Amino acid sequence: MDILNAVLVLGALGLVLGLLLALASKYLSVQQDERIELITQALPAANCGGCGYPGCGALAVAIVENKAAVNACPVGGAACAEKIAEIMGLEKGAVEEKVAMVLCAGVKSAAKNKFEYDGVEDCTAASLLAGGERACLYGCIGLGSCERKCVFDAIKVVDGVAVVDHEKCTACGVCVATCPKDIIKLIPKDKAYTVACSSKDKGSVMKNICTVGCIACRLCEKVCPTEAITVEDNLASIDYEKCINCGQCEQKCPKKIIHVKAELLNISNFERNGCQIKDKVV
Amino acid sequence: MLLKTFKGGVHPNDCKRFTKDFAIEEMPAPPTMIFPIIQHIGAPSEIVVKKGDYVKVGQLIAKQTGFVSANHHSSVSGTVKSIEAHFHPNGSMVDSIIIENDGKYDVFEDVKPAKPLEQLTDKEIVQIVSDAGIVGMGGASFPTHVKLVPPEGTRIDYVIINCAECEPYLTSDYRAMLEDGDDIIFGCKAIMKALSAPKCLIVVEDNKKDAARHLENLLKDEENISVVVVKTKYPQGSEKHIIFSATGRKVPSGKLPADVGVFVANTDTAASIARAVKTGMPLISRIVTVTGGAIKNKKNLRVRIGTPIRNVIEAAGGFVAEPERIILGGPMMGKGVFSIDLPVIKGTSAILAMTKEDLGINVVTNCTRCGKCVQACPMRLVPVTLAMHSKNENEEMLKKYHVTDCIECGACSYICPARKDPLQMIRVGKRYVIDRARMKKAQ
Repeated sequence: MDILNAVLVLGALGLVLGLLLALASKYLSVQQDERIELITQALPAANCGGCGYPGCGALAVAIVENKAAVNACPVGGAACAEKIAEIMGLEKGAVEEKVAMVLCAGVKSAAKNKFEYDGVEDCTAASLLAGGERACLYGCIGLGSCERKCVFDAIKVVDGVAVVDHEKCTACGVCVATCPKDIIKLIPKDKAYTVACSSKDKGSVMKNICTVGCIACRLCEKVCPTEAITVEDNLASIDYEKCINCGQCEQKCPKKIIHVKAELLNISNFERNGCQIKDKVV
Repeated sequence: MLLKTFKGGVHPNDCKRFTKDFAIEEMPAPPTMIFPIIQHIGAPSEIVVKKGDYVKVGQLIAKQTGFVSANHHSSVSGTVKSIEAHFHPNGSMVDSIIIENDGKYDVFEDVKPAKPLEQLTDKEIVQIVSDAGIVGMGGASFPTHVKLVPPEGTRIDYVIINCAECEPYLTSDYRAMLEDGDDIIFGCKAIMKALSAPKCLIVVEDNKKDAARHLENLLKDEENISVVVVKTKYPQGSEKHIIFSATGRKVPSGKLPADVGVFVANTDTAASIARAVKTGMPLISRIVTVTGGAIKNKKNLRVRIGTPIRNVIEAAGGFVAEPERIILGGPMMGKGVFSIDLPVIKGTSAILAMTKEDLGINVVTNCTRCGKCVQACPMRLVPVTLAMHSKNENEEMLKKYHVTDCIECGACSYICPARKDPLQMIRVGKRYVIDRARMKKAQ
């Protein structure tokens, strides 16, 4: 008999509380857009902050509130943008796949030092002291601030210069913002050539302090069939809107500072068409 | 009696014994002189000479642009050889005027004394200081004429002449007190007149008692100028701390000394003002202490501005040992340089060439949270926490812990038993916070 009492009391209590909870869930519920959950699932969950929001969840909220574009995630790329656009019922914006490149090749044996740095292992701290130990005021400091910031393990300091692993790089742009010398740039993934130097020093100065520095000889400018490469402020730079991946600049450069992405050369659909182009394309 | 002082701070070995007994020697100028257009805080000056011009001693070669800027003058007579970018003591390339010294030292015609001090008005004194290109000579090089015009409505009660010289090794202010005492007192009077300040305090640390006594003797007949002896402690010579030690007034965070009615000037600045008023000669030379274990004949030299450091070191007998580090200024706040082909500028108080033995062994180990940096910080900040937040670029926490109040004195780095150098990281954080604030303002 006692057992029956207990079962009845607890059963009734459960029923009443259950009813209360059912009512509460109906009247006190917080309206949350279900798209937020869906978009969060579609995002890569790297929480890198490359989009400018604190984590993927925050970006999802921003997208639903129309504060961010559907292609705001630099990591997810086109596939991710497509999914989000589908959820939002919008056209997806064009996503140009990019990759970070360090525009300096001044390895320890190539670039001279002006003094020996002995201090905190941080590029910004070192750059406050006469611009860092490198004689070149524009070159990579090589203390690895970008390496410590990268959540994808895509950038590594090798022999005094940061090098990007293009397979792992998602172009989130954190290293670009971190670098005190501003020598990391985001470059379209399908473009093969980069000028691996950022020095605006004159050629005569450059020759004395770095063996792989741009000397502004303008040979690349002259050879380029599409006028994509120009020398300004003693430094060659490529306009990627015009670049056609011909590779003539790479072959002409006397300092061998125009680098080519090795992995692109092995892809079958990549046309290394430059050698056939003789006349300038208008 | 207990000496006046502030809380916090450190007691480094002062190392002044090497040079304190050597009288100031006049150093002859070398054949080539370098004058960068940045020798002060503020807008870079504008070059007013061109290649091939003949200039005389005291002639204007770069004029101030805007109010917070300074004039610069040639310290020798000769021809302008070129105008080119040259390495500056701050490590960057700065446009500089290279002048070939002809050794005649012809004085420029306009260099003549104005009226005697009694007949000058406050505005005229400020104009003389501004024309003479006088900047704070303790190291920061802030243009003095800017400080002589306090914001409307502020009354200056005290003029403080900062003779603390709390940096180890430096003896230039000490020698100036002993040898240029009259000029310093004349400078005090000129500053007091310009600001209509009723009182002047000459503040000296107690390791320079003989200089304090010497000044007291000179000041026997003066009622309004007095000498205050304060405790020897680093950073006693910091503007905010010397004000607290001498007057008991605290400069609130983000405010200037003028807001609490105080004006602070360095010893050599006061003496330069006196020379400018007395003779009309602009600021063309300064006292430089050449010291450190690697220097053969450590001494105090009166060096013409623009002299390459290489020549100054040669004048002191050159190196006896290989210098491990060369610092312009004192060992605590001075700037390390990587070349000796840099000019002496208005803020160069010393050339310090340290050997490996001077520097000691620096093996960086892990922080043990001993809290010594917290005890040492004269601004009552928490260096260890600030360094951590600087590393993480945590703007919110950096602001909460008042990173912008840091005076970069280096007491935390000096005291750290783990040799962690918190200051270097704090500097990064401070710059980060200031940059972010500027970016937000621009938006």
